[in-house]
Amino acid sequence: MPALYADVDRVEQLIRQLAAAYGPSGHEEPVRALLSAHVAPLADEITVDRLGNLIARIRGQGGPQARRVMLAAHMDEIGLIVTHIDDKGFLRFAPVGGLGPATLLGQRVVFADGTVGVIGAEKLEDVKDLKMERLFIDIGAGSRAAAAQRVQVGSMAVFAQEVAGSGSRLTGKALDDRSGCAVLVEVMHHLRAAAPPHEVYCVFSVQEEVGLRGARTAAYAIAPDMALAVDVTPSGDTPQGEKLNVALGGGTAIKVKDRSLISHPKVRQLLVDTAAEAGIPYQMEVLPYGGTDAGAIHLTKSGVPAGALSIPARYLHTPGEMVDLGDVAATVDLLVAVLKGPLPEMPA
Amino acid sequence: MILRELSELPGVSGDEHRVRARLWEAVRDRVDGGRVDALGNLITWKGADRPGPKVMIAAHMDEIGLMITRIDKDGLLRFRKVGGIDDRVLAAKAVRVGPDGIPGVIGLKPIHLLKDNEAKKAVSHEELYIDIGAASKEEAERVVRPGMYATFATAFGELGDGLVKGKAFDDRAGCALLVELLALDFPFPVYGVFTVQEEIGLRGARVAAYDVAPGLALVLEGTTCADTPGTDPHGQSTLLGHGPAITVMDATHIPARPLVDGLVAAAESAGIPWQWKRTTFGGTDAGSIHLTRAGVPAATVSVPCRYIHSPCAFMSLRDFENTRRLLAAFLEDVPRVAERLAQGSA
Repeated sequence: MPALYADVDRVEQLIRQLAAAYGPSGHEEPVRALLSAHVAPLADEITVDRLGNLIARIRGQGGPQARRVMLAAHMDEIGLIVTHIDDKGFLRFAPVGGLGPATLLGQRVVFADGTVGVIGAEKLEDVKDLKMERLFIDIGAGSRAAAAQRVQVGSMAVFAQEVAGSGSRLTGKALDDRSGCAVLVEVMHHLRAAAPPHEVYCVFSVQEEVGLRGARTAAYAIAPDMALAVDVTPSGDTPQGEKLNVALGGGTAIKVKDRSLISHPKVRQLLVDTAAEAGIPYQMEVLPYGGTDAGAIHLTKSGVPAGALSIPARYLHTPGEMVDLGDVAATVDLLVAVLKGPLPEMPA
Repeated sequence: MILRELSELPGVSGDEHRVRARLWEAVRDRVDGGRVDALGNLITWKGADRPGPKVMIAAHMDEIGLMITRIDKDGLLRFRKVGGIDDRVLAAKAVRVGPDGIPGVIGLKPIHLLKDNEAKKAVSHEELYIDIGAASKEEAERVVRPGMYATFATAFGELGDGLVKGKAFDDRAGCALLVELLALDFPFPVYGVFTVQEEIGLRGARVAAYDVAPGLALVLEGTTCADTPGTDPHGQSTLLGHGPAITVMDATHIPARPLVDGLVAAAESAGIPWQWKRTTFGGTDAGSIHLTRAGVPAATVSVPCRYIHSPCAFMSLRDFENTRRLLAAFLEDVPRVAERLAQGSA
């Protein structure tokens, strides 16, 4: 089905560019720089707050219908942080965000300065002994001094895996949540053209993967009337997979709940009604675990009606995350359709 | 040494008033003013009207401990843990119970009476009890009530080459450092905040930071020092005697890079030994402070302490002094660090 608004080629290009950038939690600068360049011509104002969130504001036409809306997609990706360098130059590390040891073995990782490493393991008697503390990163340094030329304790690495296309599907690292960031930029293109009454704050947030941290302080500063997070959600459509309702290619996922949020019923209904009316493919997401920026946002100040749109994804928090461009386009379409129209009175 | 007094005072989370009173006495002549907020944090300030970023320096007053939950028929006290305590450190320790410091011992079956496997297992805190020598419930109730706190009865002392031992160095070491720092004069506003209830969820710091609304924050801690047998080199969070530890990440916070860089630069240029904290679990008040209002750049500096969250920790007085020197040097650099922070968010 052709997209209603989204320029799919443009979004795909941006996803590829953003996903290739380095940006573990707390070190989102390269992603922020890329995004700043893309949103500068589309926003009325751009700010970076004290935690590093990039906030792009579209002023809106105003009037009695106007609301202040916050959209959030996080810039950070999961990664590894160096905790120790041994005499032979091997690096020990801890995870940044949700990572298991099985995902890591044999992976290639890259540091901010381009230093490449591979993850090795101590000799294990049993695969069950595969624990994070028995893994290490080998950057090819022969000594502590040689390693210390390139990394130090506190340096972070991310998966080295660029996005590859496979028909309408993309696979690679950091599609969580660079695909959401690309959705927000694409939405800004259309809001620019449509000039709705609402004042829209597009927040590219930091440190989501370590506890929804950036969105919390951004929401405090913005104090929105309504908020939507745009993130990815695990799909349940792989062999012997989890029993989850969401399928790749099934459309944008309207979040009902996860562990951080129960979507405001009016927000959820608005999303469902708008999607149904515009013929945008959608599915309902009920996630028994996990969280998104909306979880932090809705508890800000005296509370913010909030919901989330999720891009279905497979193999999350691995180098091979996979999304469907049709779902990405549907997410753009639904956001644009919602923001072009009147928004309900809230809370009520 | 104020650390001696602070270490020996009882002050389990929610019961920090004795520590607070002693700290106020120690700092009242060093600050322009102070007040106690609704949760019990002691917020002090100096130079509040000066230009520049408001700098909040926080250390928590509370310590881990026990709370009496029930008194048995036979006069023995059942308890729950307040804060993170390894059950294995509890058995057979001397404690003090309640506001009057009633002496007691955490009781355990003697070895003669143990069944086959009992000696091989650590006893859960739910099976342990505090014995204050009361013969009956009635006798115990004359001096103890459920809801009262208990702390380890550990005397402060000096040992080894410049080491001290005592309880509650986490975070009375931080409190003692803050007392020292408040003797200095700063060209910018400084808020010295002694917080409550850190050990049970970084609670006091959260509301104190909301109130102070700082431009940047430093958290002073006594942190783990796993340099003892049985720990791989890469699992050793800090090393005793190797100087102040600077945190790069923990479970609650990724420190602001300009502050971390500023701390490292201050240590290097003053020739002060320092180390990275090399593990990423646990949390500090910085976890709540940095998420306050629209966000606060924050960092954590710790004095390494062996055996924290146990009845008795070790700390090096040289580490303490080097931590004080590092913080003093960093605070001199604050105007420059603030400039770098401002550039970062331009």
